[in-house]
Amino acid sequence: MEEGVRPLPRPTPETLPYWEGARAGRLRLQRCGQCAAWLFYPRSHCPHCLSDRLTWVDSAGEGVIYTYSVHYRAAHPAFKAALPYVVAVVELSEGVRLLANLPGARPEQVYIGAPVRVCFERLNDEITLPQFQLQSDGGE
Amino acid sequence: MRDSSSHVPPAISGRVAIAGVGEADRSQAAGKTALHLQVEAAVAAIRDAGIEKGEIDAVFAHTGDRFSSMLLAEYLGIQPRYTDTTNIGGPSSLSHVLHAAAAIHAGLCHTALIAYGSTQASDRSRGLGIPDDPRSPRGQFELPYGLLTPLGTYALAAQRHMHQYGTTLEQLAEVAVATRRWAQLNPQAARREPLTLADVMASPPIASPLRLLDCCLVTDGAAAVVVTTAQRARRLARPVVTVLGAAEGHTHHYFAPGVPDMTRTGAVETGARAFAMAGVRPGEIDVVQIYDAFTIAVIIALEDLGFCGRGEGGPFVARQRTAPGGDFPLNTSGGGLSYCHPGMFGTFLLLEAVRQLRGECGDRQVAGARLALCHGTGAVLSSQATLILGRD
Repeated sequence: MEEGVRPLPRPTPETLPYWEGARAGRLRLQRCGQCAAWLFYPRSHCPHCLSDRLTWVDSAGEGVIYTYSVHYRAAHPAFKAALPYVVAVVELSEGVRLLANLPGARPEQVYIGAPVRVCFERLNDEITLPQFQLQSDGGE
Repeated sequence: MRDSSSHVPPAISGRVAIAGVGEADRSQAAGKTALHLQVEAAVAAIRDAGIEKGEIDAVFAHTGDRFSSMLLAEYLGIQPRYTDTTNIGGPSSLSHVLHAAAAIHAGLCHTALIAYGSTQASDRSRGLGIPDDPRSPRGQFELPYGLLTPLGTYALAAQRHMHQYGTTLEQLAEVAVATRRWAQLNPQAARREPLTLADVMASPPIASPLRLLDCCLVTDGAAAVVVTTAQRARRLARPVVTVLGAAEGHTHHYFAPGVPDMTRTGAVETGARAFAMAGVRPGEIDVVQIYDAFTIAVIIALEDLGFCGRGEGGPFVARQRTAPGGDFPLNTSGGGLSYCHPGMFGTFLLLEAVRQLRGECGDRQVAGARLALCHGTGAVLSSQATLILGRD
């Protein structure tokens, strides 16, 4: 792996709709067509009922911070320039959780329970990463 | 002790013994391969048991190599009829003891060698956080966000634990300080210099709230055990240590956002099953070895295993309760935090537990130890294994 390039996701058939949605500025989540569970990460079969009738629904894009950590050391050279950076677990209103870096937020602004809203970070032509912003910082 | 009049133990309880323990000499490890270190540890364990190599008919190993047990067996000239390279991270060797006990009890083998070794320090292979397949769930949904190492996920758990229960940085530090005090009683420990709460809390932050001294060491090392029938063990020279309770499980695979409650682990279930199999309660355990990859791991495990109430792990370890002289001897070798840590510490939990129950621990001996518990979590809080050992 190249030194300066951060680890990039490589979409697979079952996750491709997620990544295509993100590229278009949409946070799409899977919902099981059989048991109605919201799923994350996207996969081929529902981990609750094993159905493969999985649908894609646009998330409301809102959530709160479940937990977070501020990183002071980069385990990969590509993250050095971002230090200190935040890794947060965001709990969406739909009930599932995912990660975010809270771009634009200073570490001291972050707290568990903070409301956040989805935004998007373009990494390259193929990959746009869903991210979340603190709602209190006046982001658009 | 066990109430044998009313308790009917499940089949494997008390049937097998850990008859031999051994480790590679870490002071002589430089330049050696992980395989070489494993073999040193294996030979030491075989000699410690006082058995002939030819008695070994089962081999268990886990390392970076996919064919771990085959490679080790070939090197040692063993052709086993039972083999297992289960790798669930840190507690793998504990899992191997459970598997060996089941196989021995089923008559599929009678004497098992369980070994582990790594040269992660010399290889500088720790913490690069790179090799995941970019198509894997972690590769797509964790790594791009900079969640690259076990420490990163443990930090998320620690932060949540502090929020949910009021656990403090000082309470995390108590674990590190108490463990160092045990290491000071162990001539083989890597880190023995005095350590204070202030030292730990002032150490460089890595990922909040975890600081450098909340984290286990990075060393080379190898350890091995020999497991055989209790009957065979009673004809050998060492005091007999039997497996009274054993349980394993896994709840997920690394993925932090998928965990409903990051302040607890599957140790709740493995602990309950191990205690039930052994027919004992947490209060009866004399000495405890919990894989201390990070200070928070110990606090969470103490709660999960029932040594204290949910959320009370912080106060439980305060005032050096787990240090020498306290009423809860924990990680008496110095643990992964101060003794050694070649990457997966499970085998070393076994070594220390057995040595304590045999009464071989010298200055760090817990007087009258008859029951020990070993517990590890692996793959970053995803997998668990719990063993309860007893002096025969």
